[in-house]
Amino acid sequence: MKNTLEIRWHGRGGQGAKTAALLLADVCFKTGQNVQGFPEYGPERMGAPITAFNRISTDPIRVHSNIYYPDVVVVVDETLLHSVDVTNGLKEEGAIIVNTPKPAEEIRPMLNGYAGKVVTVDARAISEETLGKNFPNTPMLAATVAVSGVMEKTAFIDNMHESFAHKFAKKPEVIDGNMKALEAAFAAVGA
Amino acid sequence: MRTDVEKINDRIPYTELTEGMQLFGSGTSRLFNTGEWRTNTPVFHADKCKQCLLCCPVCPDVSIPVVDGKRVDFDYDHCKGCGICAAVCPFDAIEMKEGIEP
Amino acid sequence: MSKLEIRKSKELKERMSGNEAVAYAICQVEPDVMPAFPITPSTEIPQLVSNYIANGQMDTDFIPVESEHSAMSAAIGSEAAGARTMTATSSAGLALMWEELLLAASNRMPVALTLVNRTLSGPLNINCDHTDGMGARDTGWIQIYAEDNQEVYDNFIQAYPIAEDPRVRLPIMICQDGFITSHAVQNIKLLETESVKAFAGTYEPEEFLLNPGKPVAVGPYSISNFVMEARKAQAEAMENAKEVILEVAGKFAEMSGRQYGLFEEYRTEDADYIMVIMGSAAGTAKQAVDELREEGWKVGVLKLRVFRPFPEKEIAEALKNCKAAAIMDRCESYNGNAAPLGSEICAGLFRTKTMIEAVNYTYGLGGRDFTTEHVRGVFAELRALVEEGKAIPQNQYIGLRK
Repeated sequence: MKNTLEIRWHGRGGQGAKTAALLLADVCFKTGQNVQGFPEYGPERMGAPITAFNRISTDPIRVHSNIYYPDVVVVVDETLLHSVDVTNGLKEEGAIIVNTPKPAEEIRPMLNGYAGKVVTVDARAISEETLGKNFPNTPMLAATVAVSGVMEKTAFIDNMHESFAHKFAKKPEVIDGNMKALEAAFAAVGA
Repeated sequence: MRTDVEKINDRIPYTELTEGMQLFGSGTSRLFNTGEWRTNTPVFHADKCKQCLLCCPVCPDVSIPVVDGKRVDFDYDHCKGCGICAAVCPFDAIEMKEGIEP
Repeated sequence: MSKLEIRKSKELKERMSGNEAVAYAICQVEPDVMPAFPITPSTEIPQLVSNYIANGQMDTDFIPVESEHSAMSAAIGSEAAGARTMTATSSAGLALMWEELLLAASNRMPVALTLVNRTLSGPLNINCDHTDGMGARDTGWIQIYAEDNQEVYDNFIQAYPIAEDPRVRLPIMICQDGFITSHAVQNIKLLETESVKAFAGTYEPEEFLLNPGKPVAVGPYSISNFVMEARKAQAEAMENAKEVILEVAGKFAEMSGRQYGLFEEYRTEDADYIMVIMGSAAGTAKQAVDELREEGWKVGVLKLRVFRPFPEKEIAEALKNCKAAAIMDRCESYNGNAAPLGSEICAGLFRTKTMIEAVNYTYGLGGRDFTTEHVRGVFAELRALVEEGKAIPQNQYIGLRK
């Protein structure tokens, strides 16, 4: 599909890869795009590898199949690199984003010869520093927006602030931490 | 859509049946003279009857009318001749006879 | 139908999953009663409706029941009592309702059911195919299938005006593909609640149980002398549903600007090859058709929306000018010949003496993915059949490992 960005998320049940895909759909919807966010349901178990997908487009989206040739792959849990062929079908001109403290050159040898862009972000460290807990979702979402260029940073930050303000209306102290997590993730991927 | 139950018979075309075969009105079983199904017939001997009224509630077809607290003769339009009343009567006041006539 | 009031609605842009969309439509239509029992992937529907009720956004009586058998029994009782009633289910839940599905239809109860299509075991699987809906195809229910969240939302809003029309008075199933649309968030254009409420109106049956002074007996015993007459009347009501569905769709278009028919013809006007398909896979097929058209292929899609009543003559008419049709079934019939759509469409082609090639494909069982590549493969095969006279199996599976 022309004018369509296709993203595939790899995570483990319970880590929130599906939620991240839905959050991305949400924020892209709010900036006026056509969106699709959906998980693939296998045996639903905590810790089992799961996949979620996003299509973001300027045109209405009609395709209802999974994504086999993604523009961007996001790996929320680096241990999946050993068991899942995460770069399968990933476009060479695309990118893979991996949640890991390691630099990209250490990850690349684990990617079945993938020659495109490899970006790493230590979402765990960012999350623990800004939120006090390991919620890799928020930094990974920001890294995905930064690397994919699906929208302008300012539009993303403004929208997320609004969402957090709404979601955490009763816990305003959490809003700041989340916003810091987003900024830190942008900085980590050099955006 | 309300239809007279008496019009429902085996000559009615499908276009004139009620939707879902619904029946309108209450107590419509009175319209069907099931008494003609009878092969045995109870006969009431008023002289032996003590008016204990054990027979009335056991009649499956409500065919033992009670007037002013006393049972009267059978409603033969609806009695199917099952004989339950005769079986429960302690005083032999109900006698079963073969055939449809009392 | 005469009471159907049109208030042109503004478009409210939202993003929702299919389950969220249908739950929101339920909230807007606000039926009187909803007995339901949860089952994947339709569980979210009663859950979301319960939230709406708890939040005071709707005033529906929710009845938690102990099984789907009870859910449909309660729905029939409630509808007979005079209350507008609905339920939601999937897969084994629909199978457990089987006996009551026939009763709801034969008692002429315009109950609505939102079915989130899921396969039936075995092998044990929770994902989408049309085994559940197709299993209920001879129960006397109207069945309308949706391509996406927008359609399932729109279809539910049209459900009661169709089902309760005096020419119809039959129960209606509003179907969508489990997970593929039920759990996929997409853009959607909602209608204003005021417009939806005016459109759906309120249920005003002439005869109902809780009607003092006008007693009625529902579901009486019928001896053999009456059963054929009752069934014929029911079959005619189903046939009447065609024109009512189109009338309601016309009014819906006035309100919403979105037009629906018994089926949608996508780029079929000059097509040599047409794919007949139902549900979410129709969107994927349209995408592939656009790509193939750019490459010069004359191909199109006939997306079946209304499966019951079945528009056999209308489909035959729509297919008569093509050289070959691929009839796509998301269900197995075990008759060795054709799955439900294949059987019924071929019967319609034969009856109308429409002698085109018609190949039956089974796809997507148990949630097996169906892609634009598959669609391209099917069209390539149809072309080989017509242009090269290649012999191909008339009833085959897509993507089967051999």
